[in-house]
Amino acid sequence: MANTATAGKKKRSNILYSKKLAPYIFVSPFIISFLLLSLYPFLSAINMSFQRVLPGQTSYVGFSNFERVFNPVFYTAVQNTTIYVVWTVVILTIIPMIFAIFLNHRLMMFTNFFRASIFIPALTSVIVAGTIFRMIFGESDAAFANQVIGLFGFEPVEWRYSAGTAMFLMVALACWRWMGVNVLYYLAALQNVSKDLYEAADIDGANAWQKFRHVTFPAIKPIFIFLSTITTINGFRMFEESFVFFETTSPGNIGLTIVGYIYSEGIQRNDMGFGAAIGIVLLGIIFVVSLVQLYLTGAFKKEDA
Amino acid sequence: MKELSRSTKENGIRVLLILLFAFIALVALFPIISLIVASFSPSTDLMRFGLTPELFFSGFTVENFQSLFGGEAGAYWRWYGNSLLISAILIVLSLIFSSMVGYALAVYEFKGKRFIFILVLLILMIPFEILMLPLYTMMVNLRLVDSYFGVMLPLIVAPIAVFFFRQYCLGLPKELMESGRVDGCTEFGIFARIMAPLMLPSFAAMAILQGLSSWNNFLWPLIVLRSNDMFTLPVGLATLLTPYGNNYEVLFSGSVMAIIPIIVLFLFFQRFFIAGLTSGGVKG
Repeated sequence: MANTATAGKKKRSNILYSKKLAPYIFVSPFIISFLLLSLYPFLSAINMSFQRVLPGQTSYVGFSNFERVFNPVFYTAVQNTTIYVVWTVVILTIIPMIFAIFLNHRLMMFTNFFRASIFIPALTSVIVAGTIFRMIFGESDAAFANQVIGLFGFEPVEWRYSAGTAMFLMVALACWRWMGVNVLYYLAALQNVSKDLYEAADIDGANAWQKFRHVTFPAIKPIFIFLSTITTINGFRMFEESFVFFETTSPGNIGLTIVGYIYSEGIQRNDMGFGAAIGIVLLGIIFVVSLVQLYLTGAFKKEDA
Repeated sequence: MKELSRSTKENGIRVLLILLFAFIALVALFPIISLIVASFSPSTDLMRFGLTPELFFSGFTVENFQSLFGGEAGAYWRWYGNSLLISAILIVLSLIFSSMVGYALAVYEFKGKRFIFILVLLILMIPFEILMLPLYTMMVNLRLVDSYFGVMLPLIVAPIAVFFFRQYCLGLPKELMESGRVDGCTEFGIFARIMAPLMLPSFAAMAILQGLSSWNNFLWPLIVLRSNDMFTLPVGLATLLTPYGNNYEVLFSGSVMAIIPIIVLFLFFQRFFIAGLTSGGVKG
C-alpha cells in the first residue's frame, strides 16, 4: 500500500507512468477505428437507406426503399437464410460439444492428431472448399456423392439445382469448415473444469449424464452461449457459401441470401440506397434474434449473479 | 479379477473412441485429399467431367503444377503475393492493436471501461455487411478502391480479437503489474515486457484465427478490388470458377497451393497454442 503511494507520487510527472492515462492510450486504436470505421459508416448506412443514390446526385426518398424491400425476392432470401441459420446453429453447437467431450475423455488417445484433422478444414477458404464440394457433389453420375448414393440404390442427384439439396450443400460446407474451430473452443473451456468436481461426483455415485448436466455443461455453458450467438450472427451474414455454388444467380433464387441480395442490389446494380435499406432490415432481424437467443440461453441472468 | 474386467472394458471404450474419431477424421480430411488427387489428375479428365472428376487416378500427372509454375498461370502468383502481403500486415497490426485494447479492458479500472466493452460487443453484433456499402463509398471518396490499404483498413482492429484478448487477460496475475511499477516500468513497458509474454498462447491462437480470416477473406476484397492484378487469392480463384473461366489446371493446383501458407502458420503456432493451454501457466 505504501509502495503504491510512493510509486504514484514519484512518477506522476511522467505521462508514460500514468496509471490513469494508460488505459485510454491502450484503447485509443479501438476508439478511432470505432468512430471512423463503424459509427460513421453505420450512420451513413441509415442515412443512405432513405436516399436514392445515383452517380453524382443523391436525393431523399423517405421510406420508399424500405417499402420496396418487402418483396417476394427478399422473402425468399430471408427464408433461405433462416433455414441455413437454424441448421448451422443446431449442428455447430451440439456436435462439436460432443466431439470435444469425447476428445477430452480420460481414455482418448492420439488427441492431438484427431484435433488437428478436424481443425484442418477451417484452414481452407470458402472458395477452395467450395471448389472441392462442387467436385464431390457434381451433376454427373461419376461425381463421388452420386456414386455413393448409387450404392444405396438412389438415382443421381443434380445437387445444385433443387432447393433442398442446394441448402444441404451450403449447410454441409459451413459445418465441414467450422466444426473443428468450435471443437477447439469447447476443448479450451473443458480445460478449466476442475478434476475434483468429477471425483466428488464419482463419490456421490453420479452417472455420465448427471456428470454432464451438473459438472461439464455448467463449465462450458459460456462457450455454448458464445458459439450459438456467433453462429447465428454469422449465419445471417452468409454470402460466400452461396456465392461459391451459384455466383450471384441461382435457379429460382434457391441460393439467394440476405447479404447476397445486398450485394446484387447495392454493388452489382449500384442501387446503394436500396442495398442500405436491406442492410438495416437485416440488422433489425439479427438484433431481435440475438436478444431472444440470449434471453433463452439465460445470458442475462448471469449478470445479476 | 475385477481389476482385469475393468481394464478390458476401458480398452473397449478406448478402441471405440479411436474408431469413431478415425472415421470423423476421414470425413474431415476426405475433401482435401480429393482436391489433392484432382490436382494430380489430367486436365482432360477435369474438362470431361467438368467439376466432377473421377476420384481415383485415371493417370498421375504433374502437368497442372507445371502450368502453375511454368508461366501459364496468368495472374495467379500475383494474387498469391497480394494475399501474403495483406495477411502478414493484418496479422501483425490486428494482434498489436486488439491485444492492447483487450488488455486494457481486463486489467485497468477506468471511467468508460464498461461502455467501451459494450461497444465492442455491439460491433460484434453489427454485421460488417451492413457497413460495407458506406465503407465502399468511403473508399471511393478516399481513392482507396483497388489498393492494399483499402482492403486492410476496415480489418485492422478486430472486435472478435479484442473480445478474446479481454477474456484471456482477465486471468493474468495483476500483482505482476504492481511489481513492474515498483521496478520503474512504464505502463506500456509492463504490457510489452511483463504481460505480453504471459499472453503468448492467446497471441498464437489469434495469429491463427486472424491469419485465417484475412487469408480467406472474400466479400470485402471482392467489392473493393477491381483489377485482376490487385485481386487476393480467393477473389482470383473465384474468377476461375465461373462458367467462362474453365482454367481447371490452375484452379485445382492453385487451390492446393492456396492452403499451404495457412497450414504452415497453423503448424507453426499450434505448438505454442497447445503448450499454452496444457501447461496451465496462465489459467483463465
